[in-house]
Amino acid sequence: MAVRVQREDFDLGSELRALREGRTDIGALVSFSGLVRDDTGDLQELELEHYPGMTEAALAEIEAEAHKRWDLNATLIVHRYGPLKPGEQIMMVAAASPHRKAAFEAADFLMDFLKSRAPFWKKETGVKGAEWVDAKDTDEAALKRW
Amino acid sequence: MDVVYFAWVRERIGLPRETVETTASTVGELVAELRAREDRYDLAFSDLTVVRVAVDQVLADFDAPLKDVRELAFFPPMTGG
Repeated sequence: MAVRVQREDFDLGSELRALREGRTDIGALVSFSGLVRDDTGDLQELELEHYPGMTEAALAEIEAEAHKRWDLNATLIVHRYGPLKPGEQIMMVAAASPHRKAAFEAADFLMDFLKSRAPFWKKETGVKGAEWVDAKDTDEAALKRW
Repeated sequence: MDVVYFAWVRERIGLPRETVETTASTVGELVAELRAREDRYDLAFSDLTVVRVAVDQVLADFDAPLKDVRELAFFPPMTGG
C-alpha cells in the first residue's frame, strides 16, 4: 500500500515495475492513469489544488478500504498537484491481486472514491479565462454501486 | 480554531486561512455567524449544497459539533482523478 501526492510527473512503467519487483504472488496488475484532456482546443493550463495532510489521509483510508474488500497484493495511488498542461499525466492508481477480477474492481473502486472523497480541485485556464471544474452528480452516484 | 478554505470558497472569501473565535456549537451555526459578518462570506456560503466541510481533516456534516475542534475546512465538492 502506498500513497503519494507530488508536484512532479511520474513514469507509469517504472511505478508498475517497482510495485511487482521481486514478487511472484501477483497474478493481475491493473493500472489507470488520468490525463489532462483538452475538449475544446482552448485549454492552456489545468491547476490542481489540494488540502495537504487531509489528502494523504483520505487516500490512505480509501486504499485501506479497498484492501478490506478485495484480496490484493499491493496498491499504489499517485496524484499530482500544481499547474499541468494538456496531455500531461494527472494521477495513477494500480491494484495488484492474485486474480484479474479483484484487480479490476479494486482499481475502479479506488478511482470512484478518489474522485468524490479526496480533497482535490481542478481549475481550467483557457483563452476565455479561468474556471473551477464542477463536480458531476454522476461522480457521487458512482459511489452507491460499491 | 483555525478555519481553512479551498478552491472557489477561498477565492470568494479572499483568504486561505484564518483564526476564528466563536461560541457556535455546530459547523452550521458557525457558517451562520460568518455569513452575518460580511458579504464575501454570505456569497461563499449562499448555496450550502455545493460546500463540503472537513472537521480536523475528516469529511463531516454541517450539524457536526465544534467542541475541541482544531481545524475546520470549507471547500467545493472534490474534482480529483
